[in-house]
Amino acid sequence: MADKKATRESYGAALAELGEKYDFLVLDADLAAATKTGMFKKKFPERFFDCGIAEGNMISVAAGIAATGKKVFATSFAMFAAGRAYEQIRNSIGYPHLNVNIVGTHASITVGEDGATHQCNEDLALMRTIPGMSVICPADATEAYAAVEAALNHDGPCYLRFGRFAVPNLTPELVPDYKFELGKGVTYREGTDVTIVATGYMAHLAVEAADMLAAEGISAGVINIHTIKPLDTELILNAAKKTGAIVTAEEHTIVGGLGAAVCEALSESYPVPVLRVGVEDKYGKSGKVPELLELYGLTAANIAAKAKAAIALKR
Amino acid sequence: MDTNKKLELARIANNVRIGVIEGVYSAGCGHPGGSLSMADVMTYLYFEELNVDPKNPKAEGRDRFVLSKGHTAPVLYATLAERGYFPKEELKTLRKTDSRLQGHPDMKGTPGVDMTTGSLGLGFSAACGMALSGKVDNKSYRVYTVLGDGESEEGQVWEAAMFAAHYKLDNLVAVLDWNGLQIDGPITEVMNPTPHDEKFRAFGWNVISINAHDFDEIEAAFRAAKEVKGKPTVIIAKSVKGKGVSYMENACEWHGQAPKEDLYKVAIADLEKIAESLK
Repeated sequence: MADKKATRESYGAALAELGEKYDFLVLDADLAAATKTGMFKKKFPERFFDCGIAEGNMISVAAGIAATGKKVFATSFAMFAAGRAYEQIRNSIGYPHLNVNIVGTHASITVGEDGATHQCNEDLALMRTIPGMSVICPADATEAYAAVEAALNHDGPCYLRFGRFAVPNLTPELVPDYKFELGKGVTYREGTDVTIVATGYMAHLAVEAADMLAAEGISAGVINIHTIKPLDTELILNAAKKTGAIVTAEEHTIVGGLGAAVCEALSESYPVPVLRVGVEDKYGKSGKVPELLELYGLTAANIAAKAKAAIALKR
Repeated sequence: MDTNKKLELARIANNVRIGVIEGVYSAGCGHPGGSLSMADVMTYLYFEELNVDPKNPKAEGRDRFVLSKGHTAPVLYATLAERGYFPKEELKTLRKTDSRLQGHPDMKGTPGVDMTTGSLGLGFSAACGMALSGKVDNKSYRVYTVLGDGESEEGQVWEAAMFAAHYKLDNLVAVLDWNGLQIDGPITEVMNPTPHDEKFRAFGWNVISINAHDFDEIEAAFRAAKEVKGKPTVIIAKSVKGKGVSYMENACEWHGQAPKEDLYKVAIADLEKIAESLK
């Protein structure tokens, strides 16, 4: 089994290392220890600015910094970055298309014990509505690191989502010649009966689900979509044509996120059955992460069950 | 200030006011009241204070200006046109489809607009970001922003005020347009944000109070702000909303509506009379 590491750890490490190569500032809102921007702060204290518990101001400050031509990361928990400061992101950063990387850590159910107020299940949906915003949700440590560098080299605003909970670093094992390309999905596994399209924390569970299905003689392809927007519609369309059934898997509400994006893309070009695994229009709650994942159906077993149901819907 | 210079600035400010009325009348909507109240300050900024070049609006070392009360875009546009950023004739395209002059300032579309604003509170924070960036890179440019008094009811204004003082942004000057009126009535009746001087002082700012229509006081305030080290400066500028147009002065209803033809003519006649007096 691959090493486990939270994607937020990778974020902190990437900032600290890339800080040597690139000129950028990092902002946080009193969460540097948790979001891991503290790793950058320790190394580059003169380029790190704590904004205190004032996320709206932090986002507009970031816009002002970007307006002077400087790259900047603005970091908080996903709930307070994408949620609380949505309007600041839309109007200060999105509309003028400024080079700000907005980073939301501690997204969704795998926050665990802090419960519903801190488990942002809606950030991908919110960020996806903003014209020109790239929305990135890396699957593991390798991908998270690469995503940070890609965002630095991207012209335009990015939202990056990182998790609190450790996740197996599968990408290097599954894709030996892995290269992160913004807007391009990663094929983890080819299949013929159904395709599982997953993002973030759910990507490694999609691989587990494909193994379970293989044991039953079902050939499931697995695609990791690290960029929800712009969506790699070509890859998804080809998978739909090849396998005729899709299951999406995201640690996020099924409203407006990856599942919705895939449905929108396919309904306009090549409609096939799409079943969505995700938080089913509910709030989270406090608990141990494995128990919560079970409770909300964010499991390999649920993905496999939905895959079989999607196959049954094929005409 | 030298009498001739004062007269010249007053003439320019009057032209700016005419530009405001032309734009808003042509659009059939917009915000004349809070535009007219800041015409003198905006004139002083663009003709005396800011280190800017209309021929090179994106020059790296330029001073930055952020109209945080973005709804008063007409006064920004009229001032920029007067300063030569674009033809004055273009003011008549205000708020029209495909115009460079959007209802609220758009940094990507309009020469001379340094920050996209319109949602209250956001521009003030952005100005703080610009000032911080300048400090980090040891740049000598200064950052100026104009806030509304009603705008100061936004919580984000005070988040930004805290931030600017915390990071000792002495390259930042905010002007607070204290015209005393907002859409729903007098600011003290709608949601009293006063006293601004004591609040800003408590937040760690250098506070200067002036008459927004007196060029001597405006000049003295901006000069004093440059001398203050280690803290940002706010200039609380007591103004007359609708200044220069008889029926708009201190009248709440002219916050956000355009005059029809008859009242447009009265407005222009009022301002032409002022122009005569400045000859």
